[in-house]
Amino acid sequence: MNLRALLNALAGKQDSKDIAKERLRLVLVHDRASVSPEFMEQIKEEIIKVISKYMEIDTANTVINLHKTESMAVLEANLAIKAIRRPG
Amino acid sequence: MGAVLVITSGKGGVGKTTTTANLGVGLAMLGEKVVLIDADIGLRNLDVVMGLENRIVYDLVDVVEGSCRPKQALIRDKRYDTLFLLPAAQTRDKNAVTPEQMKKLCAELKEEYDYVLVDCPAGIEQGFRNAIAGADRALIVTTPEVSAVRDADRIIGLLEAADLGDPKLIINRLRPEMVKRGDMMDIEDILEILAIDLIGVIPDDEKIIISTNRGEPVVANDNGSLSGQAYRDIVRRVRGESVPFLQLNKNSSIFSRLKKIMGLSG
Repeated sequence: MNLRALLNALAGKQDSKDIAKERLRLVLVHDRASVSPEFMEQIKEEIIKVISKYMEIDTANTVINLHKTESMAVLEANLAIKAIRRPG
Repeated sequence: MGAVLVITSGKGGVGKTTTTANLGVGLAMLGEKVVLIDADIGLRNLDVVMGLENRIVYDLVDVVEGSCRPKQALIRDKRYDTLFLLPAAQTRDKNAVTPEQMKKLCAELKEEYDYVLVDCPAGIEQGFRNAIAGADRALIVTTPEVSAVRDADRIIGLLEAADLGDPKLIINRLRPEMVKRGDMMDIEDILEILAIDLIGVIPDDEKIIISTNRGEPVVANDNGSLSGQAYRDIVRRVRGESVPFLQLNKNSSIFSRLKKIMGLSG
């Protein structure tokens, strides 16, 4: 952290360029995901693959969404579980 | 065999046309044979930036429709006789040309010229698809603003989908004093977000406006302008030379950051 950033932090201020960067980062999460529907489908498949090691998933009732809140981007996954595999 | 480069950005008004003109003149100054194609049909401007607006007889649409041969439509530059402009039609729209026609034209031109630079219109529709159709490489122009960087990101995705990977970034209108104050995203911020290679940074410079008023791209002016130097450096990088980045603000950390990005720091 440089001196300006430190002073800003103490004063509770944020450089406008950092605000710009943060807003860009958020908006791009959304833009990039919406560019290709395949992208979400790929994430969904891989999540299901991993979880399936532990639980039996109802793939037809699985929904994965990317959305934005004020301060962050959220990946929300709703997976319907049919059964849980016995551990060990 | 030459190379076809498309200069694109997504957002309008970030300096695509000015960049195309300056890179064209810069390449011709080094003796390269260059054609500039204005692909912005209906809103042509490369002719006025080059100062060639009074010499237009035929245009891009005449060429692709076969109303004239490409040679007849090419306008030779006022000062550099290896530099030519193929102007856009002003009274037609983007649909007057197809990507296939552009592909064929670019392939034909690069047989004879070292560089074909295509000035892409703003947007991501037909005009964009035409402009990138015949390109071998892409240069993306952005400015240090949220809207321009966002659109650049979209363009990078579309270029990738069109198999035009590895585009190079030009950051235009950087204001070192604002970067220093923390009121403008710096080079490092933009590269981190877009994750593509940098090929040049043009400082915001009144001399660009003055030279554009005269119809003489700043790259040819030996007036010690930083922007002219920055364009000359990009020209050399386009030709494959490794050129260190300009120090835009003495005593600031930009230069050391750039060195770091370019892997030149010891």
